[in-house]
Amino acid sequence: MRHIISIGDFDREWIDSLLDHADRIDGKQYDSHALGGKILAVLFFEPSTRTRLSFESAIARLGGTSLTVGSVEACSIAKGETLADTIRVVSGYADAIVIRHPKEGAARLASEFSTVPVINAGDGAGQHPSQTLLDLYTIRQSMPIEGIDIALIGDLRYGRTAHSLASALSHYNARLHTLCPRGLELPETLSTRLAEKGMEIIPHENITDIIPEVDVLYVTRVQRERFPDSASYFNVSSSYRITPELLSDAKKHLIVLHPLPRVDEIDPRVDEMPHAKYFEQSRNGVPVRMAMLLQVMQ
Amino acid sequence: MKNSESMENEGLLVRRIKNGTVIDHISPGEALNVVKILGITGTTQEALSIATNVPSRNMEKKDIVKLNNRELSKEEVDRIALISPKATINIIRNFKVFEKKGVETPTLIEGVVRCPNPGCISNTHEPIRSRFLVKENGLHCIYCDWVITGDIPSHII
Repeated sequence: MRHIISIGDFDREWIDSLLDHADRIDGKQYDSHALGGKILAVLFFEPSTRTRLSFESAIARLGGTSLTVGSVEACSIAKGETLADTIRVVSGYADAIVIRHPKEGAARLASEFSTVPVINAGDGAGQHPSQTLLDLYTIRQSMPIEGIDIALIGDLRYGRTAHSLASALSHYNARLHTLCPRGLELPETLSTRLAEKGMEIIPHENITDIIPEVDVLYVTRVQRERFPDSASYFNVSSSYRITPELLSDAKKHLIVLHPLPRVDEIDPRVDEMPHAKYFEQSRNGVPVRMAMLLQVMQ
Repeated sequence: MKNSESMENEGLLVRRIKNGTVIDHISPGEALNVVKILGITGTTQEALSIATNVPSRNMEKKDIVKLNNRELSKEEVDRIALISPKATINIIRNFKVFEKKGVETPTLIEGVVRCPNPGCISNTHEPIRSRFLVKENGLHCIYCDWVITGDIPSHII
């Protein structure tokens, strides 16, 4: 039984193979009844729009169905049930479980108590492997991933998408440029681990220094609650805002990615530029998650 | 005077136990942490002797812990390697050393240290014990990937 918990559990060969599969699915080369009769339990203990809907869309496109619990308030966790018990019960109802949970390591715990495969759809500030796979897939649609210069911008301390992506890119000899508010740097344990794998990490303080250097701008949302007051939040968020003017110095092939939802990080005028790939990125969630479901459920 | 005091103390310290475990060559100052990592508390029923900063031929100074009527398991012994890798274990039966062994650093420790990450699932009421992979650069939480790089005793549960 194979679980997908952390991108760190997989090597480059596995990742490349899954992205190749997603590519074939994207080209409509798949059996729309491949998971006929199979049930996917979608357990989301945190809000989500894209991840949840794209998993539900993925299972539906493969002929399967999904079960959801609605809001956390409506499920037994609200009555004090442990996650371990919830998983034991739900794994009796479904053929695989997709879980999002606010605690780091929750998906790993779920995999220990489940009798069916578990896919991590984000655990606290930890991992978000399906997002990472679709990020890599989107990069690969524009350029080879090997050796890219990529900038991670925003909340790098709590942003799980940034953590997962940085870990995966260590397989591809990528060079990491970082830009974030003070106090929201990559966790030291992660940056040490990346450095041990030979990844070059270059911290920056100014967005204008980064733009001409990189092939990919990966922008994440800086949450307002990380700041003591609105004024300091707006100060910081406006200093990272990606605008068409800023992108005038960019390489022609530069792509801008964002796991969405965005708030103020990207000027809507950027949407019309060829650099903007964040809506394609979001759309890519479906073929990539279809490939993941086939990987664990078939 | 000093010598006779030291001899007298040494006599007390090395006094033999009939059955149990003597943990010798503990890094000086770590005896209390060894007791802690073994999960021995003040409620233990058996006699427990702790000696710290004892003169030693090989180590200059060392700590010793003696546990009456308890033979440590391999899992327990290996935990000691996390804080005192040079410790030696003597299993005593009927006043004789039945077995003498060193400690081996374990690859995985369960329920020994608490993950310092407050957001980690292992710090909730879930029915799991903390689990850490022991790697060269520290202890890696298998749940949240947090790495404890130093001061392991302060994380002991």
